[in-house]
Amino acid sequence: MDLRIEDHPILSFPERKKVKFFWEGREVWGYEGEPVASALHAAGIKVLHKSLKLDHPRGFFCAIGNCSSCLVVIDGVPNVRACTAKLRAGMRVEMQRGAGPAPSDRE
Amino acid sequence: MRKTELAVVGAGPAGISGALEAASYGVKVTLIDRGDRPGGQLVKQTHKFFGWHAKGAGTRGIVLAEQLARHIRENENVTFFGSTEALGYYSDKVLLLETPRGIEPLQCERLLVATGASEKMLLFPGNDLPGVYGAGAVQTLMNVYGVRPGRSVLMVGSGNIGLIVSYQLVQAGVRVAAVLEAMPVIGGYAVHASKIRRLGIPILTGHSIKEAYGDGQVEGAVIWKLDEKWNGIPGTEKDLKVDVICLATGLTPLGELLWQAGAQMEYVSELGGFVPLYDENMETTAKGVFVAGDASGVEEASTAMAEGKLAGLSAAWSLGRVPPEEFTRKREEIRNELYQLRAGPTGQKILRGLETLSKRAKKVTA
Repeated sequence: MDLRIEDHPILSFPERKKVKFFWEGREVWGYEGEPVASALHAAGIKVLHKSLKLDHPRGFFCAIGNCSSCLVVIDGVPNVRACTAKLRAGMRVEMQRGAGPAPSDRE
Repeated sequence: MRKTELAVVGAGPAGISGALEAASYGVKVTLIDRGDRPGGQLVKQTHKFFGWHAKGAGTRGIVLAEQLARHIRENENVTFFGSTEALGYYSDKVLLLETPRGIEPLQCERLLVATGASEKMLLFPGNDLPGVYGAGAVQTLMNVYGVRPGRSVLMVGSGNIGLIVSYQLVQAGVRVAAVLEAMPVIGGYAVHASKIRRLGIPILTGHSIKEAYGDGQVEGAVIWKLDEKWNGIPGTEKDLKVDVICLATGLTPLGELLWQAGAQMEYVSELGGFVPLYDENMETTAKGVFVAGDASGVEEASTAMAEGKLAGLSAAWSLGRVPPEEFTRKREEIRNELYQLRAGPTGQKILRGLETLSKRAKKVTA
C-alpha cells in the first residue's frame, strides 16, 4: 500500500511539485515544501536519528517541532528537525548519529 | 528595534482570538507562530465541532482555521510572523525571536502567551521505537500532508482525541486494530465511540500496552488487562501485529516561555500539568504577561477562543484603549460564556482545577 493518500472523503490535497532529494546518499522523492519527515515517511523511512547514549533508533513523535525526536543532518548541518524543515530539490539528508558532526568535521 | 504594542505567541484559536480582540481596539499586534500559517492545531482537525452553533459548532476545524487565518490577513492592525519561535521574554519588555531571517528582538508593551500544549508520553518498554507517534502527529501527517502513518494502528486512549483520530485513520484507509483504555469506561463522547464500534473496531476498556517491539521500528505490541490497582495481569497478554502505536493519552500545557518570563507556575493535575497563576483578566504574576488557551490549562478550542478574547480585551484595557464600563461588561459576558462552555462533565474537572489554582493565587496575593 502506498502511504500517500490519493482519495479522501473530506480532504483534497493540492497539486504539488515532485522533487528529488537524497537520503543517506540514495535518491528519493517528495513534494516541494512539505516537511522532510513526511516525505521520508512516505518513502518508507522511519529511523531518522540514533540516540545520543544508547544508539537507539528514533523517529518523529510530535511532528510539529516540539520534541526533537526527529533530528537529522541536512546539507551538513546537524540538529535539524525533520518535521519542520521544508523539502527542497536536491537536499542531502542524513541520519543523525548522536550529536551529529561537529562544525570542524564539515566541509 | 522592531516595536509592537501586544505580542501574541501562538496563532492557534486562543492566540488568534486574543489578537483580533485587541486589534479591534486599535492595538498594534504582532502574532507569532512556529508554523508558516495561522490556525494552530485546527489545521488538522477534519471533524466537526460540538457545542454552540453560535460558537462555531458544526464547523470542521480545517474550515474554522481558514476563517480565522483570513481574519488575521485582512486585519491591518495585526502583523503575522510565521516560521518564527519565541526564545525568551526579558524584563525590559523585549521578546527574542528566531525568524527565518535570523535572531531578532521585538519590543512589546504586553505579551500574550498562547503556546498551547504538547502530548504526554506513556511509559512502556519500546516507547522510543520509531512508529510510536502522538495522536497529533498522526493527524498532522495524515490530514495536513496526506501521508498515512502506516498500515495498521494500535490506538492507546479512548478520550475524544483517540476516538476521533481512530475514525480519521479509517477514513484515510488505515486499519485500526484496537483502541485501548486503561480506565474501566470509555473516556470520550458516546457518539464518537459508537462510530468506532460500528466499524468493528474493538474498544478494550481496562487494558493497557505492556510493550512495543520490533527491529529498529514498531512491528507489534503486547497488550494486557489491568487489575483495579492499574497493574497488568500476567496471562492476559495479547500480541497485536501493528506498525504504528498512536498515543492519545492526554496533553500537557506548553509553559516554557511563561517559566522563563518569571510567571509563578503551579502543578494542577486537572489542568494537565504546570500552569501559571492568573487573575480574572488572564494576567499572570509576571506583569503585563497574559495567558490563554491550553497553556493556561488543557481544554478545547471553544474555551481557548473565549479565553483568548478575554486576554486580548484585558491587554487592550491595560493599554488604556477600552472604556472601563465596556471592559467590565464585556469581561462578564466572556466569563459567563466560559462558565456555560464548562457545564458538561469534562467542564466539572476543569472547574475543580481552576478552583485549586485560584486558592493558590489568593495565597500568593495574601
